[in-house]
Amino acid sequence: MSRTLKIAGREFSSRLLLGTGKFSSNETMRDALAASGTEIVTVALRRADLSGKKDPFANILDFIDPKKYLLLPNTSGAMNAEEAVRLARLAAAAGLPQWVKLEIHPDPHYLLPDPIETFKAAEILVKEGFVVLPYINADPVLAKRLQDIGTATVMPLGSPIGSNRGLETRAQIAMIINQATVPVVVDAGIGAPSHAAEAMEMGADAVLVNTAIAAARDPVRMARAFKVSVEAAREAVEAGLPTQLDHAEATSPLAAFLAAGK
Amino acid sequence: MPFSSELSRALSDQSPLLRRLERLIAPVDDAGLSRMARESTTLTRRYFGRTMRLFAPLYLSNECINSCSYCGFSKENAILRVTLELDEVAKEAEHLAAQGFRNILLVAGEHPKFVSGGYMEACLRRLTPLIPSVSLEVAPMETADYIPLVRAGAEGLVVYQETYHPETYAGMHLSGPKKDYAWRLDCPERAYEAGFRRIGIGALFGLWHWRDEALALAAQVEHLLRSCWKAQLTVSLPRLRPAAGEFQPTHPLPDREFIQLLCALRICFPQIGIVMSTREPSNLRDTVAPLGVTMMSAGSHTEPGGYTGQGKDHLHRTIRGRQIAAQGEGAEGQFAISDDRSPEAVAARLRDLGLEPVWKDWDAAILNAA
Repeated sequence: MSRTLKIAGREFSSRLLLGTGKFSSNETMRDALAASGTEIVTVALRRADLSGKKDPFANILDFIDPKKYLLLPNTSGAMNAEEAVRLARLAAAAGLPQWVKLEIHPDPHYLLPDPIETFKAAEILVKEGFVVLPYINADPVLAKRLQDIGTATVMPLGSPIGSNRGLETRAQIAMIINQATVPVVVDAGIGAPSHAAEAMEMGADAVLVNTAIAAARDPVRMARAFKVSVEAAREAVEAGLPTQLDHAEATSPLAAFLAAGK
Repeated sequence: MPFSSELSRALSDQSPLLRRLERLIAPVDDAGLSRMARESTTLTRRYFGRTMRLFAPLYLSNECINSCSYCGFSKENAILRVTLELDEVAKEAEHLAAQGFRNILLVAGEHPKFVSGGYMEACLRRLTPLIPSVSLEVAPMETADYIPLVRAGAEGLVVYQETYHPETYAGMHLSGPKKDYAWRLDCPERAYEAGFRRIGIGALFGLWHWRDEALALAAQVEHLLRSCWKAQLTVSLPRLRPAAGEFQPTHPLPDREFIQLLCALRICFPQIGIVMSTREPSNLRDTVAPLGVTMMSAGSHTEPGGYTGQGKDHLHRTIRGRQIAAQGEGAEGQFAISDDRSPEAVAARLRDLGLEPVWKDWDAAILNAA
């Protein structure tokens, strides 16, 4: 079992990804990122200035050190594949990493991802050489279809963005994890460190958290709480959770007995 | 089915959500109101975080062919009028951009001759390279007439029903195209069909009983969430302000009930935007900013040319469609604003309240408006 998270050939020691929306200030966001120990930070392109003019009223990128973090542009705001592809290309042209968190939600109220448009955009962007991390509903078939076309991860939601309701899609996330050939990052709905731990204990490779940290009374301490929780859960998985041992132990006495009888 | 043919049934045979709203806007004691405020705040933080979108209105013209009892632009008022020329509009927008605004609302009275579709399209094409998000608050139009405006980069459309009470509506809108209640009521759906991504609705509180207006407004929100599911909805709760014509509100919405209504709407509709303009005084705005508001204007002027003095050299009065040159300090505003702090001061106050002022939340490149 790998100790590090590997996405598209790149290794990360932290398994906690952070979003950058909803913070009370860019300074608080910067401090929360540091406290979380994260190495992958996603930014909504619509909040950034991509013109190269250094807009002081849209300077969120100035608060994310590209030497410390992999900056993962996201396409939030795009309603269809065409818009998402345009945004991803624009970000790459502006010098951001050729990675993209594909986020297409035509419904601005529940922010649920559009499976059809996400698949179409993923196809185009993978062909163009982007590392594509698609945000999807917890649909195991869609997850497999995306892996088949070469996405670097799948990012199923636990519950709708901002709902803080935890892993309401637990059963489907379990199927996605069982079938995955790429890292599974549980994204959205994680409202408490216990939810993050639950996802990790189920075998998710990483989690992405935003609202629960940004909207906390003390985002820096909450970021630390998530860091500890994700690390603890991962440690437990690597140590072998009792609930998982049944099928994880390769050399049980029974197996040895059966093997000897052959 | 358009909302105009559903409204009366929606009010007589209420949905569970409308019944909930009705309970929430019933008279409440201080403890109950505090509970509502807490719930409203929690929901707002959860869905919108600790942020506040900022915008500014840019008035293009105060010409109007409507006669509306409460509005400063009413054609009956012998006020100084002007329609800004393109260069003048650009100068006003540059001023707002320098203050930080990346989201502006173009506002105009209704006058097909001076404020034509072509004029608005030209304004949009001139401004969108400068301002990432431009919305419109202009007279209702046909879907086909909206399409060129969307193509020119208009992102949102704002249209307030003013009053949902048909008899009051008839009594307030004495002449002009605005007399047509249903035409206005179905405007958001026509705008959605044309491709607007943000739709703003509201009632002008002060014209009719506020609880009735609130229920009808909520019924429209419910309807639009179903029929216009891809549009970001915002609601606004403007209260009547002093304006030329000296109209007095007959059914005032007091501050306490105003706050209650805002919280009730947030509790019933956690994901919609709630807008608060500079009609309201600074202390009230600061009080409600954390409770449920997601979008605020700041440093606003409601007269064309109000930011930089554009258009002063072609002021006039308009009498029976003819312009008669006139001199004066500037064009008349639509209504008096109440919070006259600068955008910078409002942003600083929001930061004190633990909210990040968000200037840019949209990139024109998403649409690649051609």
